[in-house]
This record gives sequence, structure tokens and C-alpha cells, in this order.
Amino acid sequence: MSKTGVVFQREFASYFCTPLAYVFTVIFLMLASSFAFFFGGFFSNGQADLRSFFNYHPWLYLFLVPALSMGLWAEERKSGTLELLMTLPLSLRDMVLGKFLAAWVFTGLVLALTCPMWFTVNYLGDPDNGVILASYLGSWLMAGAMLAVGSCISACTKNQVIAFILTVVVCFLLMASGLGIVTDWLPGWVADWFIEAVAALSFLTHFNAFAKGVLDLRDVLYFAIMMGGWLLATAIVIDMKKAN
Amino acid sequence: MIRIDNLTKSYGPFTAVKGLSFSVAPGEVLGFLGPNGAGKSTTMKMITGYLAPSSGRITVFDHDVAEAPVQTKQLIGYLPEGAPSYEAMTVQQFLRFVGRVRGLRGTALEQRLSQVAAQLQLDAVLPQTIETLSKGFKRRVGLAQAILHDPRVLILDEPTDGLDPNQKQEVRNLIASLSRDKIVIVSTHILEEVAAVCSRAIIIAGGRMLADDTPQQLAARSRYHGAVSMILPGATNAESELVKLPQVASVEVDQERLVVFPKAGESLFAPVNELIQRHQWQVEALHVERGRLDEVFRDITREVA
Repeated sequence: MSKTGVVFQREFASYFCTPLAYVFTVIFLMLASSFAFFFGGFFSNGQADLRSFFNYHPWLYLFLVPALSMGLWAEERKSGTLELLMTLPLSLRDMVLGKFLAAWVFTGLVLALTCPMWFTVNYLGDPDNGVILASYLGSWLMAGAMLAVGSCISACTKNQVIAFILTVVVCFLLMASGLGIVTDWLPGWVADWFIEAVAALSFLTHFNAFAKGVLDLRDVLYFAIMMGGWLLATAIVIDMKKAN
Repeated sequence: MIRIDNLTKSYGPFTAVKGLSFSVAPGEVLGFLGPNGAGKSTTMKMITGYLAPSSGRITVFDHDVAEAPVQTKQLIGYLPEGAPSYEAMTVQQFLRFVGRVRGLRGTALEQRLSQVAAQLQLDAVLPQTIETLSKGFKRRVGLAQAILHDPRVLILDEPTDGLDPNQKQEVRNLIASLSRDKIVIVSTHILEEVAAVCSRAIIIAGGRMLADDTPQQLAARSRYHGAVSMILPGATNAESELVKLPQVASVEVDQERLVVFPKAGESLFAPVNELIQRHQWQVEALHVERGRLDEVFRDITREVA
């Protein structure tokens, strides 16, 4: 097993050493399904699909993912274990990737636990399972991108609350940039390509493509680049903190 | 061999370590002494690769810490100040994790783990989570992770801080038993510890090296070195008689204890003993001082502070 795997294993197991994993799972499952039923009109829509369920994922992630990512580095810095970790024969890549993957796989696991929703629509009607699968993939990729943002911000501070708040704000900006509230607010003289570029930065724009069942390589690439970029930034932040 | 060359670390305008150079050879136990904030921990953090130096170079067995960090870290076992560990894990889980990161696998890992647990008397607490342990146990868990891979270099930042006297003694015995072919660097501000375990002591203050010597030689710098201290109950004229000896520079009275200081290069024990015999004073205590490290430490570091 590679060193990344060892870090992954420890981090992943650590979620289950504390109530974190259980609280996160229960809250996510409760909120995700109740949003779908009460706000999304899962039944009253009269359609056999999971749009009402996936529509709320970005907003759920906005608060739940930062709660997961805030501890990634800030907690280690606070408790002093970062010094231990960084003096073990691990490369920055092992640490950054191992920790991120643990959090990402964990969210994937929680997401997989929502499968009774999927079974339900299949029982009630005849949904397009390709769309649902694409939506799951999009949702997981979006969670990964937000975790990568959170990882970078968590690396900047030893205060988890600050990490949480800043991650929520940055993730909100990255989501809202695709919404009217941001694009409309840009002055009229701004070139269309700029508005489009801002909108293209948004998690929502790309997630919605998945939710429609469109599997475009560019959307996959967008999330991959988001994750790669923010994780690289995480490594740079940790390396810089070493020097000052 | 660890070589440290002109090592400097600044935090903004504050310089924690200023142009430190020294080298340590296998078999040496180097005591790193200094007042709080002297730069001891900062230097150790740079050797172990946690902090990057502002300038200067560190090599550990010819690996440059800056250029080959993973290789050097593999050679080093490190106990950071305060012995941090993943408190939610059990001792066994934690040691297994460190062992795996260190490249130990399977039976080799389990063997080392049980050896180290026996060495540090951790067997009973292996299944306990670290947060439930006492300070002494936590410190030993920290030591266990540092020696798990039988490293060639051991760096311990205040390993006995917060331990009770028995535990301190155990840790010292452990260091002594480990150090035959290894490089050990121990930081401490307990001076008796230096005399007990170190073959060499470096005193730093304000980020600069002020002394680099064996503990015996350092103690010899003390004005108490070669002084004779005695308790002579009932000998009321002892002080005035002792001052008359040609080898004596001065006599100090500390409650009932008399301390006689020799003139430079003179040996005092024989003449003092003879004087006592001649006057037939009753002797309750009589010994030659080897020098007081704490006094030397204060003298050396006071100028900087």
C-alpha cells in the first residue's frame, strides 16, 4: 500500500473514531430526503425522477461539506499533530491527496446511502436511470470540488470555525456566480464573454448539466481541474507556512 | 552524522536562530540547553524538516534536509514538544499508522510494535484511546512512535517534561540504552538530565551558540569546581582557620555549611583534611564539588537575556 493509502486509511478511520461520521450521515440523509419531499414536491410532481432530490444537493453541500473539510488541516495544526505528520517520511502529495480522498470517499459513501430514493422512484415509475446515475456522479464531483476548496482554506488557519465560515463563503461565491444575482449585478458594459466566463466558473452551471443527464467531458474536466487546482493550492499553502 | 551549517531562522523581524553551526556524530548524545525561547525547538523543527530554514544548510547522513526531505525523515525519529498524537486513536492504531508510514509491514511491524510496547511499558494501554491516558503515558506513546523504526537519529524535544521522577529515570535509561550507535539530540532545561545522559552539551540563548562542551567540562567552568564543601558542627573557629590556608582563595558560609574556594590551579582536599585532623573537628559532611551546571548555565545565558 502506498503512503497516500496509509494517510487515507488513518483519516477515513478517524471520522468513525468520533461521532462526526454518524452525525454527518444522519443529518445529510434526513435533510436530503426531507428537502426532496417537502420543498421539491417529490410526490406532487407526479414524475418518476430524482430532480427534486438532486436540486437541493448544492445547497446542502454548502453547509455540510465545509463542516467536513474544516478539520482537515486546521485541527492538525491546532493539536500539534501536523508537526508529527510533516516530520514523518511523507511527501506533501501523500498528505494532501490522502486526506482529501478520505473526505471525498466518505461523502461518496454517504451519497450512496441515499439509494433508497433511487429504489423508490424505480418502484413508483419508470425513471431514466442514466440521468440519475449522471446526477449522482455530478453531485459527487461537486462535493469533491467543494472539499478541495475547504482543504485549502483549512490549511490556511488553525481555527476550524474560521475555516468553516470562509469555506461557506467561497463555495457560495463559486455557486452563485452562475446565478442571476451575480451575473445581473455585473454592469451592462461588461463584455458578454466575461459574464459567460464568470458563469462558467460556477459549480451550479456544471452540476445542472449532469442533473439533466448530459455527460459532457468539459463538465467532468471542470470539476477535475477545480479539485486539482485547489489541492495544489493546499500543498502550496502548507509548504509556505513551513517557511514562515 | 548530522551537519548544521550557518543555520538561521527569522520570523519577520524576529530572528529565532542566528548562524548556528555544529555537527553530531553517531554515538553522541547531545544535550540542547537554553532558556525558554532560546531557539532549541526551532532548531529541532528545522532538522526534522517541519520548518524551512531562512538560510543555512542541514545534512543528515549526507542527505540534505531541504533537497531530500522524505529520505532524511526516514532516518529520524522525532518526539515533538508536548508529544502530540492523534488522541482519538488507540495506542495500537496510532503506532501501527506511524509504523506503516515508516514502511514497516506485516509481521515486521507487529514485532517492532510489541518490542517497543514492552520497552516503554505500554502493553497494558495498547487498546486504550490516547485521550484517556495520563501525561506520562502520552509521553511514552510519543517516544514509542519516535523509536518504532529503530532510527539512526533520534531527536527528542523535552522528553521528560511533565513526568514524575520515576518516569524521568526510565526515559533516561531508555536514552542511554539506545544511544550506542545512534545520534541522539535531547533538548531540556533540566540540567541534572544533561549530566545524567548527555555526552556533550550545547548551550544556546537568543538563537546563538554560547557553549559546546562535555557536561563535565562545562561544570568545571563553575567557580564551585574544586571547591570543598563541609559541615563541621561545633568548630566555631573553622572559618578563620580555613582562610589562613595558602591554597584557599575564600570561604563562604551558607547556613551551617562552609564552602572553601581554591586559588587557581590549587587542590584543596588534602590541606583541608589535614587541618581538620589537626584541630580534631567533628565532620558531618565533606566533599569536593565538581562544579555546578546550573550556575554555569546562568552565567553563560545571563549576558544574552
